[in-house]
Amino acid sequence: MNKKHRMFIRMVMASLLRRRSRMIVALLAIVVGATILSGLGMIYYDVPRQMSAQFRSYGANVILTPSDGTALKDSAVNQSMAFFPSEQLEGYTPYRYENTKLHNLPVTLAGTDFASVLKTSPYWHIAGTLPNQNGQTLVGKHIAEQFGLRVGDSLEPINSFEVTEDMDVTALLPEEVYTDPATGERYCDHILSLTVAGILETGGSEEDYIYVTLSDLKDFTLTDRGYDIVEVSAAAREDALKGYLTAINQQVSGVSAKVVKRVTASESTVLSKLESLVLIVTIVVLALTMICVATTMMAVITERRREIGLRKALGALDSSIVAEFLSEGLVLGGIGGLIGSILGYLFADVVSMNVFSSAITFRPLLLPITIVVSVVVTGLACLIPIRSAVDVDPALVLKGE
Amino acid sequence: MSLLELKDISKIYGNLHALDHVNLTVDQGEWIAIMGPSGSGKSTMMNIISCMDKPTTGQVIFDGRDITKDSRRKLTEFHRDKIGLVFQQFHLINYLNAVENVMVAQYYHSMPDEKEALEALERVGLKDRAKHLPSQLSGGEQQRVCIARALINSPSLILADEPTGNLDEANENIVLDLFRQLHKEGTSLIVVTHDPEVGEVAQRIVRLEHGKIASDKKNEQFAE
Ligand SMILES: Nc1ncnc2c1ncn2[C@@H]1O[C@H](COP(=O)(O)OP(=O)(O)O)[C@@H](O)[C@H]1O
Ligand SMILES: [Mg+2]
Repeated sequence: MNKKHRMFIRMVMASLLRRRSRMIVALLAIVVGATILSGLGMIYYDVPRQMSAQFRSYGANVILTPSDGTALKDSAVNQSMAFFPSEQLEGYTPYRYENTKLHNLPVTLAGTDFASVLKTSPYWHIAGTLPNQNGQTLVGKHIAEQFGLRVGDSLEPINSFEVTEDMDVTALLPEEVYTDPATGERYCDHILSLTVAGILETGGSEEDYIYVTLSDLKDFTLTDRGYDIVEVSAAAREDALKGYLTAINQQVSGVSAKVVKRVTASESTVLSKLESLVLIVTIVVLALTMICVATTMMAVITERRREIGLRKALGALDSSIVAEFLSEGLVLGGIGGLIGSILGYLFADVVSMNVFSSAITFRPLLLPITIVVSVVVTGLACLIPIRSAVDVDPALVLKGE
Repeated sequence: MSLLELKDISKIYGNLHALDHVNLTVDQGEWIAIMGPSGSGKSTMMNIISCMDKPTTGQVIFDGRDITKDSRRKLTEFHRDKIGLVFQQFHLINYLNAVENVMVAQYYHSMPDEKEALEALERVGLKDRAKHLPSQLSGGEQQRVCIARALINSPSLILADEPTGNLDEANENIVLDLFRQLHKEGTSLIVVTHDPEVGEVAQRIVRLEHGKIASDKKNEQFAE
């Protein structure tokens, strides 16, 4: 670096540091612009993700049912799940329904996997807790009202059937089994002892079921016939999802996979509308910010016309004046862009916290993008006033008042 | 050979003849005072000599070269090699300190050199003020920085337009002493003034009136 370059840097730095109040005004304009740009940028990138998560929290977006009217086996379910990329598969929950009696009234028991149920039904509102072991139950609100059940109460649905020779009776207690003295046939009143862990409120048909663990249901019915339905929550867009389902329907026998149509379709349209809304807002704000930065830089440079005239009178070529003033602008643009991209992240995070109640994902790529855009915008904004300032006639601006 | 020759120079603004068929020859090492009432065309003449302005008609011959036809870029290069400027309003860059202001002239001329710039400040008696910003200097001190800046590139001609117009008498004398020194070293000086005291110390006094040279005579009182 020769003396000329050093002097160049010295002048640029002196202008930035010793004209601090002026520079802070310009910097502020750039920081505000860069903050809005990077903030909206992050929101723009994150909105689809946030909104998808929001939409999926209103239920699974795929259901698997048996195509042959029987039940879904574990092997078929596992085979189907393999079609979803693992990072998109948020969870799946099997359900098996069995009719039985409680206090001699018909009720339906639903066996499910409580560990995954909130992944596919996050909207479930539970008073009490979710069952976490056998013998616990989650009772739908209607059932709870019908039978006067509260958390901690116990209930004993009874499964009555004829015991046949081929039955595996190891799960039966001796006192449950009795023989009809007239016919000699053996009957069983098999009892499932349950404790209410929670009451389920959904506003939907779920309130009519008594949810138990799959293994309780298996013991209760003495069979493990499979599942009636499997709900799946996948973070995939509609077209990708359709592809997976087509593959499942073609390649996994006995399984019929369907998109839960209404949710997924509206999810996509609302999302793309939201995306374009954020994009439009970003562009409009960016344009306004550019104008703001440009006018600020114009004011900052216009008040230095006399200095430009002097430099020309000292023999400066137009190109060196442009280089000096532009460098100041570019340094300001870089600093402003750096500060702005950090503030923008905080801004986006606050917005995300308030609107979506979740932290925003920091996009490292937006940091260099914001800095480059802010340097370019500031450079362009400076170039216009510099160009006109360079045309000043030194004789005119240096003249006495 | 003469350093500078104005040949039949006119500068016309609309129908105003700011300079009207002016002829002037300046010899190497001469110290000339240009005097005349306000509006008589003194500044216009200075701007034409310093290449900041072009005459409507006529020729400017500098060092034997007709510079009126030169391109703007050539003029700029020519001007920064040959001419040092001193202004009534000093025109220092307000965010650069004294020595940096001097170095700016070096920067556009050739190579900045802080040591040389400090020596120039020492010549005008401001070595201990080198790190002060213009706002921390008095008017007289600012004008001395301006003179240091004008002489840093060893120009053959220093042009000063009302250099003492904003100064008190004490500072005026310091500036005139500096001019005397420069003159002794062989630098040509053209000083515009309407202050008789400043005019009277020059070697030669040219009077302008209505854009015309009214008189041009040697100063009898000039003390070598
Ligand atoms: N750029 C200009 N446009 C129009 N008229 C000008 C311009 N510059 C100077 N003049 C006129 O030319 C005349 C001479 O001006 P000037 O050389 O500044 O006078 P002085 O320096 O002797 O006071 C004045 O009448 C002034 O109004
Ligand atoms: Mg004047």
